Amino acid sequence: MTITVNGATTELPENNSRTIDSLLEELKVSQRLYVTVELNGEILDRDAYESTLVTEGDAIEFLYFMGGGC
Amino acid sequence: MALTETQIERYSRHIILKEVGGKGQQKLLESKVLIIGAGGLGAPIALYLAAAGIGTIGIADADDVELSNLQRQVIHFTPDIGKPKVLSAKEKIQAINPDVQVRTYHEWINAANIMEIIRDYDFVVDGTDNFAAKFLINDACVLAGKPYSHGGILQFVGQTITVLPGESACYRCIFPTPPPRDAIPTCSQAGVIGVLPGVIGSIQATEAIKFLLGKGELLAGRLLMYDALKMKFRDVEIKRNSHCPLCGENPTITEAEDDLSLLTVCDLEQS
Ligand SMILES: [Zn+2]
Repeated sequence: MTITVNGATTELPENNSRTIDSLLEELKVSQRLYVTVELNGEILDRDAYESTLVTEGDAIEFLYFMGGGC
Repeated sequence: MALTETQIERYSRHIILKEVGGKGQQKLLESKVLIIGAGGLGAPIALYLAAAGIGTIGIADADDVELSNLQRQVIHFTPDIGKPKVLSAKEKIQAINPDVQVRTYHEWINAANIMEIIRDYDFVVDGTDNFAAKFLINDACVLAGKPYSHGGILQFVGQTITVLPGESACYRCIFPTPPPRDAIPTCSQAGVIGVLPGVIGSIQATEAIKFLLGKGELLAGRLLMYDALKMKFRDVEIKRNSHCPLCGENPTITEAEDDLSLLTVCDLEQS
């Protein structure tokens, strides 16, 4: 399966039951508990991560908290 | 007020730009920008806005200058150690450009004072170093309909977005609630390369100037991310989020409130 992650084309093993939540784990995304996921241009509610399936061609962005200004 | 001879010379490189001109420069001189935080981001923001001839610059920060600030907070100098940052910043702004009126707020912004502080300004720039302040600034600016620039930095990466309330996505459209306290490291815990706030802060100052001039395309509805190690910029389109607790269809936040669970993060990191 081919998806786009943070602008980069990414090949993943075929898996029809891969959720956003399991993708976060599979890709070892940092700040996993706090990262915001944008799926095909829409911000995804956090409580939908476990129920939303990743499908062929999805464009996914991981958006991270950055609190510094110091 | 027409520009004086001295001003025509001082701002000549602006005035020859067709996007600025004499009229645009006059607009800048009549504008008021509030910078919240006189640290890493606030330093280049204040320096460039002062040099650009923003007529009134407000600057809010309760901290004093410390030795460990000087690696990146380029508005503060070694002899300023121990001085309130707002005073140190005011002195530099006035030395750069006597056209600028400086208003200092030697206090932490909070829910009780923020609406009053931002009221008189055309544009607000967030240069704070903690999530309590970042969410409070977003909430207050969106509720007051005040355009502002958000900036955040850590280690070698930074991000910034311009928020036009009611038009473009706000910070809570991306991050509906703050992270738990201490979940995300701060600069004092994780470090920050000294030039990073120079890059992000200069972009924030650019956005303020473009907004005031009404020229160009703002970084609204786009989150710009910068990685200094890879030397890459990326921007991601951010649509307004209908579930945003602040500017969505059923908002649950209707007034500026302090998130008590997050307060004093930056106080703690200083000690
Ligand atoms: Zn919003």
